[in-house]
Amino acid sequence: MTGKQKKMLLRILLATACMIPLFFLPLQGALKFLLYLIPYGIVGYDILWNALKGIRNGQIFDENFLMAVATLGALVLGITKTGDYMEAVAVMLFYQIGELFQSVAVGKSRRSIAALMDLHPDYANIEADGELKAVDPEEIAVGSIIVVQPGERIPIDGVVTEGQSTLDAAALTGESLPRSASIGDEVLSGCINLSGVLKVKTTKEFGESTVSRIMELVENASSHKSHSERFISKFARYYTPCVCISALLLAVLPPLVQLLIGKSAVWGDWLYRALTFLVISCPCALVISIPLTFFAGLGGASKAGILIKGSNYLEALSKAKTFVFDKTGTLTQGVFQVSGIYPTELSSSQLLEYAVLAESSSSHPISKSLQAAYSLPIDRSRVKNILEVSGKGIQAEVYGKVIHVGNSGLMEEFSIPYPEVTEASTIVHIAIDRTYAGYILISDKLKPGSKDAVKALKDHGVRQTILLSGDRQAVASAVGRQLNMDKSYGELLPGDKVQQVEQLLTLNQAKETLVFVGDGLNDAPVLSRADIGIAMGALGSDAAIEAADIVLMDDDPRKLPTALRLAKRCMGIVYQNIVFAIGIKLLCLLLGAIGIANMWLAIFADVGVMVLAVLNAIRALFIKQYDRKEEMKHDEH
Amino acid sequence: MKKTYRIEVDCGNCANKMEIAAGKVEGVASATVNFMTQKLIIEFHEDVQPSTVMEQVRKACKKVVSDCEIYI
Repeated sequence: MTGKQKKMLLRILLATACMIPLFFLPLQGALKFLLYLIPYGIVGYDILWNALKGIRNGQIFDENFLMAVATLGALVLGITKTGDYMEAVAVMLFYQIGELFQSVAVGKSRRSIAALMDLHPDYANIEADGELKAVDPEEIAVGSIIVVQPGERIPIDGVVTEGQSTLDAAALTGESLPRSASIGDEVLSGCINLSGVLKVKTTKEFGESTVSRIMELVENASSHKSHSERFISKFARYYTPCVCISALLLAVLPPLVQLLIGKSAVWGDWLYRALTFLVISCPCALVISIPLTFFAGLGGASKAGILIKGSNYLEALSKAKTFVFDKTGTLTQGVFQVSGIYPTELSSSQLLEYAVLAESSSSHPISKSLQAAYSLPIDRSRVKNILEVSGKGIQAEVYGKVIHVGNSGLMEEFSIPYPEVTEASTIVHIAIDRTYAGYILISDKLKPGSKDAVKALKDHGVRQTILLSGDRQAVASAVGRQLNMDKSYGELLPGDKVQQVEQLLTLNQAKETLVFVGDGLNDAPVLSRADIGIAMGALGSDAAIEAADIVLMDDDPRKLPTALRLAKRCMGIVYQNIVFAIGIKLLCLLLGAIGIANMWLAIFADVGVMVLAVLNAIRALFIKQYDRKEEMKHDEH
Repeated sequence: MKKTYRIEVDCGNCANKMEIAAGKVEGVASATVNFMTQKLIIEFHEDVQPSTVMEQVRKACKKVVSDCEIYI
């Protein structure tokens, strides 16, 4: 608790202590009134003072002013009619208790959520004259050597030059399995060094480092307000004046009507009911709980390694009905592997050997995957006269034979007849001395979580999943089928992807949103064109962090359903709070107007709604992840 | 030009009031109060001096929420 809050608590306790004897003493008249003024003054003097200041500044719909009018009015009614002052003091007391609770609870959750997102390293160690010196990370120049001790957070991105250790990147990615780091490895700021001392040569300035960029993003996130937040601010702006005007009308109109029809006016009763209105006139519960819910939601997401750039995106994500995926690197690993060898006459290993040798000097991903499949050492002296045919393949001499390795275009160029292969993968044809010798299939592997992710998205109400790929249509369709996607489009250039997304956007109904998920490498235009752009595996990629609205810190597609579920849950809590808080207030107003609810009930309802709304809001922080439990269990064995 | 200031404000509704008041100050293009991070983000018009504008912003905010604080 802050000093301000402690003082408030003391005042509340003091006032309560004063009230207890007053309640039991059989006091009468002026003495009773004066004695009751003591706790009233103790607990409410600042309200009265602020109310005066408000009047001077023309702020008549200020909470302080309204509470002052309500309680002073109740005191006046006590003098003139009921002789009961307890109610006025109690209303003030409970109001202050509510305010104190709000300030403590909100402050506390605000700080704990902020701490969750706070990855700021305070210092960086540099070695000078054999001793470690802690300096401000902002002062470290690119290329400096910093020392990171076990338990410390890496302050700046860099490359390990000395030492070996394991790193905990949970704060960045939500991934709890530590990863190892040794000499030559790139390390990202924000990771915690777990075991050994590391010396790191910095490759970026502090301000450009991963951790700084993420912090900047997170800090700005809750400034992008959602529709619900705007609605509540607007509602609050009209709610208080409306309630005040109805209170005034309630105090004046019914008695006048009763006078007109010849009954007695009962001014006191109606005034009391009007004062009850004023007690409920503060929109605090609403105003506080909605941004708090979003804030908790953003905090919970960042804990799971999902960075959401604003409450508005969280809201939009909850309405997502169409998910459009990029293929390579998003749903597939982007790593090519030999998936089949089909020789005409040779053995599989012989065919592979020819292909590998012919491609041995190429750095193309396809030749790399061929080499990976060939486990024996490569004898390059067997290869001569290598000729690369751009975009088609390679011609080379291996064991004195002319080998052609490449796609169908290469076969056509050298007029070698080849069979039509309908497999949905990349096909490498091989010809020996211009005679067709067989083909090798190379395909990209699906990420282990892709299928689960697509299914889970469907379970959460996503209507359409669409695959976009630059790859051949056959490959795109095959991957789409494997993952149970609704549609798959292949052979798209980056510009075509934008067009596809634009077309899909026109088909979407109002209030439904379209999400594009990419790896952030070359799909920045699509990311920004979609309602929500999600970049995955974006750790360390500035372009992706810039272009996307939501950033998944690692490349596990299962984070997508986690994010969707979180968004839906968060919005659920937002709606609960809106309906609940407005509902209870309206109910109290109604009951107050017909004289069933008294001031006690009004203040209890008001404070109670706020407490419950705040507690409900905090729930948004806790989310269940579609995590890697299965794999973790496997590892433990 | 966009600048961020640390603020101190107790209740959410007060933060809303500050946001409206700050937005009406001359020289301010837009004002956003982030109650959760206790920050005021002001976008200034071209060719104004932020420090003089901020004095006015502080005055305007104090007028609607007497116990708020803006750290300029």
